[in-house]
Amino acid sequence: MVNIKLLKDIIPGFSFVLTTIFLLNSCNSSGKKKESSTNTNIQNVSKPVTKAELPPYLSEGKKVYRQVCLTCHQANGGGVPGLNPPLIKTDYVLGDKNTLLEIIIKGSEADLARDKSEYANVMQGYGMLGDEDIANVASYIRNSFGNKAEPITASEVAAFRSAIKK
Amino acid sequence: MLGNTQKLHDLITKFLFFILVLLAFSACRQKQEITEGRADLAISPDNAGIKVPDGFGVIKVADSLGAPRHIAVNSNGAIYLKLRKPIDGEGILYLEDQDGDGIADTKKGFADYGGTGIYVDDNYLYASSDEEIFRYKLNADGEVTEPYTADTLVTDLVAYRTHATKSFTLDGEGNIYVNIGAYSNACQEEDRTLGSPGVMPCAILDSAGGIWKFRADKFKQSYAEGKRYATGLRNVVGLDWNFKLNKLVVTQHGRDQLNTLYPDLFDQKTSANLPAETMYIINEDDDAGWPYIYYDHYQNKKILSPEYGGDGKKTAGENAIDPIATFPAHIAPNALLFYTGEMFPEEYKNGAFIAFHGSWNRAPEKQEGFLVAFVPFMNGKPSGEWQVFADGFAGLEEVFSPSEAKHRPTGLAQGPDGSLYVSDDSGGTLFRIVYTEQ
Ligand code: HEC
Repeated sequence: MVNIKLLKDIIPGFSFVLTTIFLLNSCNSSGKKKESSTNTNIQNVSKPVTKAELPPYLSEGKKVYRQVCLTCHQANGGGVPGLNPPLIKTDYVLGDKNTLLEIIIKGSEADLARDKSEYANVMQGYGMLGDEDIANVASYIRNSFGNKAEPITASEVAAFRSAIKK
Repeated sequence: MLGNTQKLHDLITKFLFFILVLLAFSACRQKQEITEGRADLAISPDNAGIKVPDGFGVIKVADSLGAPRHIAVNSNGAIYLKLRKPIDGEGILYLEDQDGDGIADTKKGFADYGGTGIYVDDNYLYASSDEEIFRYKLNADGEVTEPYTADTLVTDLVAYRTHATKSFTLDGEGNIYVNIGAYSNACQEEDRTLGSPGVMPCAILDSAGGIWKFRADKFKQSYAEGKRYATGLRNVVGLDWNFKLNKLVVTQHGRDQLNTLYPDLFDQKTSANLPAETMYIINEDDDAGWPYIYYDHYQNKKILSPEYGGDGKKTAGENAIDPIATFPAHIAPNALLFYTGEMFPEEYKNGAFIAFHGSWNRAPEKQEGFLVAFVPFMNGKPSGEWQVFADGFAGLEEVFSPSEAKHRPTGLAQGPDGSLYVSDDSGGTLFRIVYTEQ
């Protein structure tokens, strides 16, 4: 009887200490942010991916992206708040191929379902790039920054161009 | 008897628990409220993550404010903030600190439009949308009590997609000076388009790309009633009236994209480091040269823009004014404040604080400039190089994309006691920097 009573005393006492430690701790750790790992692709541990296995549009598209798009949409595809939209998992990047091609070819002239004031910069049309370059950069952004979508081919770009004559 | 003991025991247990929780919380609070020097101010023990010179401390006045742009503090220490976009129909916030610890306790809001500019004097609050400037009467306590009866001082200013915000300041003699940013990077026929030539002469300058002057006591003024006070300024976000000089001083956002638009003339590294961000003392009818020139702070010359035949070396703009101070490229001076307070050490008196928003146009190079800078002034001119005053706003050692930055300095204001307030339109935080030594 006495023993049980003692135990009863100890357990709540112990839990108070725990609560206190917890509360103090939560006060210390607020504001700290855990760094999230960017390496999420670990499915192929048994069969290492070599550079040669990467589809060519990734390296070719990256060249175009670095030369003409990166300045605004940034290396991580995160864009610039209030100026240039992110290209990460957006409907325009992952969705209908022709809509994406229209944005790349016409730039800000393309009809986006969005208030123009949301992003204050202007994007020129990149219709002067060749079909191959456009296909590569479109496929690159559809498969970078955590995106995953079917690549776009040069013949799809050509077909879209002849449909809109640009 | 046994039941009573049990009850007492339970009570004591509960009481103990209560005390412990209280203790834990007060320890937590104390940590945030270590105060030195200035009596009851709740200076953050880690200065809210901001690095300031020895002897200074930082108070986090408020957070979760949306995107506060310019700010103004009235004579009783209450703070007005202009939001880029209204939240729940409120585009101006009013924060008050009731208990004197520096942390805002009450928040009110009004004005259903977004914008950047805000200014307060003894009788009125002034605020801008992207097209207009409004004036609100203050009551004896410095508070706006009738937000729906604002006077429209200025209206119908051009506002397109780019550089639409209307920063402004007053000269104490009833005049308003408003920046009308150029809706273009470098006045190309097609903006930001490879191979598109510069328009000659640049027609944008007729209604933008400069500072316009209006009266602070006339209603519904537009271009016909105002005056183009200075031209050739691409986009001025930070500006202030210098009462020592009795002149307007402005900071300009320099042009972007030398490399992406002229890859044959400028490599990515050069483009990340050119042109300078610039500060000018403005006299009436001055021309700072945009879009025909940009300022190269390595050569210390005004260089002909590539859109107008430049090659990075040819100089031009003989009639354009020279900057009085230059800063690294693309770091975006968003606010300018001449310090007139008594709180900070003597060397800060009459010098210029500049809130830099931090760059985006340095990519793929590392982004820079998420900081508040200081330029010492003597006899109305800079008396030394610019220096970093407050840093660490980004919350990261290296920033490659501005979306990673935790805070981006955007607005500055001086409190009646001489405190320096800094707003952040990315994290939505308001900081107050105080000097803690007597
Ligand atoms: C000068 C800056 C700039 C450059 C360079 C630029 N863009 Fe853009 N981009 C923008 C802006 C601004 C928008 C938003 C357009 C709008 O809202 O009308 C945009 C929108 C987009 C979108 C739609 C994003 C979404 O989901 O909301 C895509 C996709 C895109 N750009 C791809 C590209 C590609 C690919 C390139 C290079 C070939 C490129 N951009 C170059 C500024 C730029």
